Amino acid sequence: MRPTPAPFLLATLLAASALTACGSGSGSDPDTVEISYKQSMDNSVRVMDTYLADIKTEFEKANPGKEVKLVPIKAPDSEYYTKLQQMLRSPKTAPDLVYEDTFLINSDITSGYLKPLDPYLDKWDDWGQFIDTAKSAAQAEDGKTYGVPDGTDTRGLWFDKDIFAKAGLPANWQPKTWDDILDAARTIKEKVPDVTPMNVYTGKPAGEAATMQGFEMLLYGTATGATESPLYDTASKKWITGSQGFKDSLQFVETVFKEKLGPDVSDALDPNFATSVRGELLPEGKLGINLDGSWLPQDWLKGSGHEWPEWSKKLGLAYMPTQAGQSPGKVSMSGGWTWAVPSKAANPDLAFEFIKTMQTKANAQKWYIANSGIAVRTDVAEDPAYAKAQPGIEFFTGLVANTHYRPAYPAYPKVSTAIQEAMESVTTGDSSVAEAAKGYDEELKSVTDNQVIKK
Amino acid sequence: MVVKESGNTRAPRLRTLTRALPVTPALVILVLFLAGPIAYCAYIAFTDLQLTGQAESSFTGFDNFRTAFEDDAFLNAVWLTLVFTFLSSIVGQNTLGLALAALMQRASKPVRTLTGGIVVTAWVLPEVVAGFLLYAFFRREGTLNAILDWLHLPSQNWLFTLPILAVSFANVWRGTAFSMLVYSAALNEIPKEITEAAEVDGAGGWRRMWHITLPMIRRSIGTNLMLNTLQTLSVFGLIWVMTRGGPGNRSQTLPLFMYEQAFQKSMIGYGTAVALLLLVVGSLFSLVYMRLLRTEV
Repeated sequence: MRPTPAPFLLATLLAASALTACGSGSGSDPDTVEISYKQSMDNSVRVMDTYLADIKTEFEKANPGKEVKLVPIKAPDSEYYTKLQQMLRSPKTAPDLVYEDTFLINSDITSGYLKPLDPYLDKWDDWGQFIDTAKSAAQAEDGKTYGVPDGTDTRGLWFDKDIFAKAGLPANWQPKTWDDILDAARTIKEKVPDVTPMNVYTGKPAGEAATMQGFEMLLYGTATGATESPLYDTASKKWITGSQGFKDSLQFVETVFKEKLGPDVSDALDPNFATSVRGELLPEGKLGINLDGSWLPQDWLKGSGHEWPEWSKKLGLAYMPTQAGQSPGKVSMSGGWTWAVPSKAANPDLAFEFIKTMQTKANAQKWYIANSGIAVRTDVAEDPAYAKAQPGIEFFTGLVANTHYRPAYPAYPKVSTAIQEAMESVTTGDSSVAEAAKGYDEELKSVTDNQVIKK
Repeated sequence: MVVKESGNTRAPRLRTLTRALPVTPALVILVLFLAGPIAYCAYIAFTDLQLTGQAESSFTGFDNFRTAFEDDAFLNAVWLTLVFTFLSSIVGQNTLGLALAALMQRASKPVRTLTGGIVVTAWVLPEVVAGFLLYAFFRREGTLNAILDWLHLPSQNWLFTLPILAVSFANVWRGTAFSMLVYSAALNEIPKEITEAAEVDGAGGWRRMWHITLPMIRRSIGTNLMLNTLQTLSVFGLIWVMTRGGPGNRSQTLPLFMYEQAFQKSMIGYGTAVALLLLVVGSLFSLVYMRLLRTEV
């Protein structure tokens, strides 16, 4: 038998097909505005879908002859970004309006995927109502603004009052140091053995949740966190390696999983774990302490599938303390999402009109309440109807004073992955804290093109 | 002599050209849609193209390949790919497929139809569906542990403790049918007289297998190994659904590593370079198998 090229061809085809993605043409009907957004992985959560459907009706009524086409992307966070970026690369697939996480927006701006909105914003009165930090969330290094934020978020500790009562812990619990948190978890482990004492998101499967809700909530509370950003040195414009705070934060994660104070490692590394925390563990009273974001109640609101109106009676809220209780005592991280217009959008004007419809005071307020968001418009924040709309809003809005933003530079998404890898290796016990921190330093050098500084 | 030969070939060459005419459209399509993207991929592998975070990409020569060989995660992925291929394709699918085919030769028709039906079903299922089925089988509250509990044997989280074995088993489960079909066809080709003659000469089952059957189906073994290996090298969905390459990197074979680099870390250039290297691994396997085939004829 003569050697045929068939096997080579087959192998090539298999490898090539893995990398060539194809997309369907979106067309460029001048009367249709196409909107891509992230749909919840949990089928019973329809908060975004319902809200957008309402706005669509309002928009189509106000703009006769125009049509809104909603294009939901159902994927976990990390895959949502990837799908979106692939769509943004080509005019054939680029929608007119996209929902962008502030964590990725600078990276996408650098790629030239998004359109500067300044000409529109200048002519839009409501823009003056947005608080400055929120305005800067979607601002690039060139000083132009590329997105309109639809709220922000803060983070803290959620705890189950019933479990705390059984463990003999106070119902108005407020830890002052990391050790206080670990001690409470140890007490729960001992006194209420059939529940998970605490949850800290970790590892690559959890994606940005691991970095932001987990790691950075720790890191920004270390002594290193007292500087502007413990990850990035603004003075030298370099990423920080070798910091003690980084090792201490990894140490905390290791302690949680080594002492079995957290979920079973295999559960913690399940990509859908966040969905089970919100949908099952908390409502079913199986989780003692949960380090998580302000948006959790959106899954428990009326009409959301996991209706749990009594959550505010069952769960307590505590702010996340700094490592040793040092000033300012509490830590929070903030991010949020923005509406942005792709540079390859066919109908940018119409897309901005849609943003305006979403961001009337009434609609913005409706959205903050629906998704348990924190207001970024002063007129809404000052409205008592908003502050009292839901338990928890006042607590989380109060954290805005002590909140931190991520160093949202283009390399950040890769730095974030490097953090998740370090977390994952101490979570599984594959590496010691020192090894994982060293691995992070090396990875950091490679993903930032050696733009690092030892601190 | 040289002149004479070239004079002679002129007419046949024209004939070849005319004969080639009808296949030209197919060839053009092949070049456009197959060779085109592949050439583009090969080009990207030498650039630092990213999915996001970059205004312009540039040509970086062999940098991506150098990075790969210095990257522990890449070497780990190569190793796991070899383990996965060896366990699931060469040992698992191939041997089990042959055994099933041999047993089915002797079995009654209803048994043959039933076994064949079950095995082929596993093969026909989409990769992702098969992945979910086996995820349900291996997971902590899954079927396997339920059976072990019932037998009073210690259960464990297989996907966590032995991820590469679990996904290898899954691939065996899914891909054995293909080998079985190839071998059934091959075994049917063996003339009855030869086996009967050997039987008369007093050769037992194992000896007949070793000295007669195996040498006679050697060619099918080579083809089957080659196709199995190439298919196994590119398995992605099955592992992605079951473990996502985790925990840690403990089941991250090359296709998963490639996906992570290209789409999760946005480094398309690097990911494509890894894809090219995967191609090289596949070609090496093919070469080995082809030598195996050639010595026989």
